[in-house]
Order: sequence, then structure tokens, then C-alpha cells
Amino acid sequence: MPKVIIASGGSCHQFTGGKTEFDVEATTFRQLVRELDKKYPGLGTQVEEGMAVAIDGEIFQDAYQVELKPGSEIVLIPKIGGG
Amino acid sequence: MNYIDSNLKVVGTRPIRPDGVDKVTGRAVFAADTRVSGMLWGKILRSPHAHARILSIDTSKAEKLHGVHAVVTAKDFPDIANEEAFVGEGPMNFRDLSYNVIARAKALYEGHAVAAVAATTQAIADEALALIDIKYEVLPFVIDVEEAMADNAPILHDDMFTGGVTPKPTKPSNIAKVLTFKKGDAEAGFKDAEVIVEGKYTTKPVHQGYIEPHACLATYAADGQITIHSSSQGHFMVRAYTAKLLGIDIANIRCTPAEIGGGFGGKTLIYLEPVAVALSRKSGKSVKMQMTREEVFRGSGPTSGAAIEIKIGAKKDGTIVAAREVLKFQAGAFAGSPIGPGCMCGFALYDLPNIEVIGYDVVSNRPKVAAYRAPGAPITSFAVESALDELAEKLGMDPLTLREKNAAKNGSKTHYGVTHANIGFEQVLAAVKTHPHWKSAVPAGQARGLACGFWFNIGGESSASVHVNEDGSVSAATGSPDIGGSRASMGMMVAEVLGVPVSRVRTTVADTASIGFTFLTGGSRVTFATGMAVTQAAEKVVDELKKRAAMIWEIPADAVEWKDGMAFPAGSNAGAFEPLDLTAIAAKAGRTGGPINAEVSVNAQGAGAGFGAHICDVSVDRETGHVTIERYTAVQDVGKAIHPSYVEGQIQGGAVQGIGWALNEEYIYNDKGQLENPGFLDYRCPVASDIPMIEAVLVEVPNPRHPFGARGVGEVPIVPPMAAIGNAIRRATGVEMHNLPMSPPKVRAALDAAGK
Repeated sequence: MPKVIIASGGSCHQFTGGKTEFDVEATTFRQLVRELDKKYPGLGTQVEEGMAVAIDGEIFQDAYQVELKPGSEIVLIPKIGGG
Repeated sequence: MNYIDSNLKVVGTRPIRPDGVDKVTGRAVFAADTRVSGMLWGKILRSPHAHARILSIDTSKAEKLHGVHAVVTAKDFPDIANEEAFVGEGPMNFRDLSYNVIARAKALYEGHAVAAVAATTQAIADEALALIDIKYEVLPFVIDVEEAMADNAPILHDDMFTGGVTPKPTKPSNIAKVLTFKKGDAEAGFKDAEVIVEGKYTTKPVHQGYIEPHACLATYAADGQITIHSSSQGHFMVRAYTAKLLGIDIANIRCTPAEIGGGFGGKTLIYLEPVAVALSRKSGKSVKMQMTREEVFRGSGPTSGAAIEIKIGAKKDGTIVAAREVLKFQAGAFAGSPIGPGCMCGFALYDLPNIEVIGYDVVSNRPKVAAYRAPGAPITSFAVESALDELAEKLGMDPLTLREKNAAKNGSKTHYGVTHANIGFEQVLAAVKTHPHWKSAVPAGQARGLACGFWFNIGGESSASVHVNEDGSVSAATGSPDIGGSRASMGMMVAEVLGVPVSRVRTTVADTASIGFTFLTGGSRVTFATGMAVTQAAEKVVDELKKRAAMIWEIPADAVEWKDGMAFPAGSNAGAFEPLDLTAIAAKAGRTGGPINAEVSVNAQGAGAGFGAHICDVSVDRETGHVTIERYTAVQDVGKAIHPSYVEGQIQGGAVQGIGWALNEEYIYNDKGQLENPGFLDYRCPVASDIPMIEAVLVEVPNPRHPFGARGVGEVPIVPPMAAIGNAIRRATGVEMHNLPMSPPKVRAALDAAGK
């Protein structure tokens, strides 16, 4: 089962009550977003609209099609823009 | 297709820039150059107070002035929900953006727009502004970040409760949010350390300093169709943000990008466009607006000023075992400083086992910050790279050796969850080690500093089209405003794929109605992401050219190959035909199926991270405190330089902006919170005579996720200069330089304080 880690204790902690690591049953990023919303209402939307994710070490700003493996590590990080 | 190991004929060369003649002859059309007959001039009335409640606005006298066609205030703009949405550049709170464009109940900084007029001449518009009567209740203000965090600070927003802490606070605060990043156990790491350095650093907010002030021309037609000509880093961003702020369908707005005179992140927001559209809607005429330089300083976003506390612990052999950093960033009047990247970038260069970073996003009575080249990274790296230098000295170790020992490499996991892959930091440090500047003896009376920098680089959504014209010349179009030379690099990639000289390819930046959505020019993304789109579009054109040649020869399309700009039969079995070049195939396009073109849209992922290292020699005039940059070398992994001259220019430009940030630039406020240096005479950017030739050294570790190996280059070079210069000054004077800018009076004061 993929493991979700909240790297930054910012906007995500309010949804999880401070919990920073948990497992989620999902095989794609899209499914992960839905499962996060089920587990912690609002978190999926927050991740989709305001966060980037690092999946197994690589940053994805938009990652619907990315497949998740059973042991995948998904780290939620602030979205990155630039100047 | 991947061209990284190909025998490239165009990519990597230095053709003359396609926009060069227009720019040096003054023919290039910037936003301020656009005019239409019958247009009005729009002007903005700005708050003279740093913090004030707006009790009433009486516009009746202004409206009656002959020549005035419209006056707008907050009443002319819809209310927008207080929520973040992702439209354009990063998550944006559109209520805040709307409130920044025109103040509602309170003016939150000196220069905050409160009303606007449109009149037949600029003089009448100015006269009308003076006739608007605004009653203010002046409130206490706060500008400094740490003062804004204090319990007794004046509160800017009664509905702002600090996010990222539990339990949720019940009292409003100027701290918009707190971020924390952890890897390992920093506390335990420090117990294991044999040498520890710690210190506090401060940086001042600095403006991006683009030469061209914000400007636009907007027309709201009788049928509700809107056209906007403006200077920005993303005309799709202008369209989306303006639509959102005015409650207009995106399809009703067409934005045309003007030539841009610098942005550096500062033109990733809108200020004038919604106001100009509102004035045009009200007056029924086109409205032109352009900021003065003073307005640019008072009303548009600088980057954050900051206070940083840092602690780094190492073993005696130089192995760093723990690092901790607390970053407090000014966001300006609305939340949204670059605290996220600030927390992530400083330690991303090093493979460290235990890290803790805490970041605060803090509002204060200054203009809302905007992005500025590698937003957040220069601030955090000033502290990290300065502390590392002090650590090296304490360890009795060469500063380059300390960095080599702890450098991130492929497989190093950062404290924000990313595992580095295909990075070139070790190669950059190796290039420093062998460079004649680093190997040379430090000249008498000078001292040398070294510092490194990192930026993620991003990809994202881009669209591009490639058209073969009737005569065989090629037109390429993208949706990316050309700020750093993208018309050249896009044309070169198209030419390389098609196998034609770059002089046969003309690249333009298409308006929002003429090309698919393209995210703005920022994050060092265009050569990577838009380059991917334009390369794929050119490849589709090649496929089509092969089909057309096959049709002419009456053989199967897969029996045709494309080489050096010509179609050849793939082998002797395909038949004996003379090759057909692009011109010959284009001439028959009408008879072989019609125009030959392709448009491709991508959402590019896999932008390779960028690393750089700067070497700087300085001399310090101990009498005046003036610092002279004597020699400067900037080394950077650029993936693959598509047009090396532009890449070198980006590196030199970033270094120069960093030199200004290090040595001179700062906002000076009086005791009423009013800016006292809103012009280039008193806000001191470096000029050519202040700096030596900056040598840019290009290290090319290809990014395998880009067809030519490119990675972003525009942001990394502004990250190292402040620490590189500070480290050199410290070695020259023996005084630690923890506060920016290191301007003559401050250097002199530091020497005085140290009794030197």
C-alpha cells in the first residue's frame, strides 16, 4: 500500500489533525486524491489544487496519470512556481 | 525522440538573436508603445498611508471635471471568496489579489490603489485624482517582519488565523502560516556534532528592478468582447486573473503580449489590467494605463525581506551531521511569501542526515510580494552558505572541500521528500576546483568568497505550433512571452528537428486566441517545457513531410526517411528518387493534402534541478566601507545550452541582480511607513561601471527528460551572490556580515562595531 508523508507541516496538517504519515489504498494519483478526501475531508482537494507531490523521489506538479506501486512513497510538498 | 547524443548542427550554436535589431533600433513594441484612436488615459489614486481604514470616497467632483469619462472604486469590482485557487502562477487567493488591485475597507500599504480615473489626457486624469475626496482613519502600521510577529503588533487582517499549527488559533495574527520540514532527528544530530556554528541573518526586501514599468491598453467593446495588450510574463495568466477578478468568461478576453522589458518574476501578477478593463467598460472607450517608476516601487511587489536563524553541526572531519533553520518571511500586505521554496532550497544542495526547517509567512504594511528569480532561495542560501563558510573556517578546512564532502549527488534524499536524480552539483564543484580563478592566488588587498545555489526548475503546460509556409520557410509560434531569449531557442530546436538553417525559421509569441493555453514564463520552465512542445510539433511536421514525399513518389510513407532537411527513399528497395527538400514539398502542399502544420500541447514533467557555484574576489575600502567586486566567476550546470550566449546572459544577469541585493538595494521607509527611495537614483541597482565582466562557465550534465538535455538556467544564478560576496568581505575584514545590504555605511558600521 502506498505511504503518504506530509513533508511540510503547513496547510495539510489541519486536515489530518497533525498526523504526518499514513497508508492509502490507491494505484494511481487520481485515486489517491479521492482516497485522501475520504480519509481526511478536504485534504484531496488541497493536494490537488495547492500542492505538488514527490512520488518515489520525483516531483510532479500534475500527476493524474502517474501509477503508484504498493510501496510507493508519496510526499506532499508546497507547489513550486518561480520568478 | 531524444537528440542528446546526436550530431547537433543548430542547437549549441550562437545565431544572431531574432529580436535584436528591433530592440537596438527602438522599433520593438512594448506595452507603453501601444495606442488606439480615441483612447483614454487611466490613472490610479494611491493611499498615502501605510495602514488606514477607508471611511468614505467621494468621486463626484472628479466625475464632473471636463474630459473625465469614468471613475472606479472598489464598488466597481465584484466580491470574491476568500479561498485559494490554482489559475496560472501557483496557488492564488483571488480575494487577496482583488483587494491588492483596488483596496476595499482598508488601505494596507502606502501606494495601495484606492480609486482610478479615465480621462482624455494624462493631465486631466491627474487633476481628477486630486479631486477625489477620501476620508481615512489612520491606523498603526508595522513593516519589519519580526515586529509584525510580535504579540502587540497592529493586525492587518482580522480574519487571518495562523495556519499550520494545532490547535487552530482563536486570535487573529499577522503570521499567515507556519511550515515545518523535518528529516532525521536534528536535536540528536547536534548532540553528535563536534563543531557547531550558529547565527542570525537578515535580508531586505528588494525589487525585481525591471526597466519597463507595468503598462496595458484595454478595450471593452459594446458586445462584451475585451482585448488587452500588456506586458507580462504570461498573457494567459493576465487573461485568467482579469476574468476571475471581474467575473468575466475567459473566452471573452483576448490578450496580446507586448514585448517585455524585464520581469524577473515581478510580472507574474496583475495590477493595472482589471482596472483598465473596468474603466473601459464604464467609459465605452479604450483605456491605456502605465505606471510611473515611483508607482512601480510603491505599488508592485518586491520579494520578501527576512530574518533567518541558522545552526549547523559537523564532525571534525567536515561531515555535517545536523542543520536547523528558522525563516521568517515578509509577505507584504497579503499572505503568500515564497516561504515554501525558502524552506526547501537552502539545504537541498547537501546530503545531510538530520534537518529541521521552520518557516513563517508574515504579513506587514508593504506591497504584496511578487515572485523574484528563484523566489525564496537567495534568502535562505545567504544564511546557509554564509554559515557554511564560517564552519569551514572553524574546521580549518577549505570552503570548497567542505562543500564537496557534503554535496548532494544522485540518490541523495532531501528534507522535502525528493530524491535527487540526474543532477550535476558534483560536476559544478569539480569545475570550480579546476577553474583558473579558483586556482589563482588571491591578489594582494583582496579576498575571495565562494557560495553555491540551487533551484528546482519547473515544467508545466505549454503549447506550440509549427507551420511550413508555401515557400518552405517555417513559422513557429508558442504561448510563452519571450523574456530570456525563447524565440531564439525555440526556433533553433525547430530548425534542428527539421534539418533546416535557423534563418529559415521565424518564431513568434501568439496571443491567447491563437495558440493553446500556456503557463507563464517563470520557474525557468520555457526552454524545458515549451521547448518540449515545439520539438514535438516539429517532429509531427517531419512525419507529415515524409507522408507528402511518399505521396509524390507513390511509395509507402514508412519507406521515406528525413535527413538534413530532405526526404530520401529509405533504401534501394524504396525506389530511386532524387531527394525532396522542404521547399519542394511545401510547393506541392496544396496538391498533397493541404497546409503542413502541427500544434502540440504538453504538461511537461521532469524538469532537471539546477546547481551553481560562484567565486568572487572583492576589495574593501576600510575608510568608506565601499566594496568593489574585482573578479567574478559563475559556474552552473545548464543541462544543454541551446543558445550558449543567452545562457551566459542569464547567468550574468542573475549574478548582477544578486550583487545589487548584496551590496546596495533596500527600501527605506520614514516614520510614517512611507517609502523614501522610490526611484533608481536612490534605490541603487548596480550599473555596468559597478561590476567587472562576469565569467559564466557552462557545465553540461544533460537532463534526460528533455529531448536536447536542457534544464532551466535563469534562476540559479541569483542564489549564490549574496553569500559569496559576504564571505569575501568577511575574509577581507575579519567581520561577519550577517545583514543585507552590505552597503558602505553598513560595512563601515560593522567595522566600527568590531573596533577595526
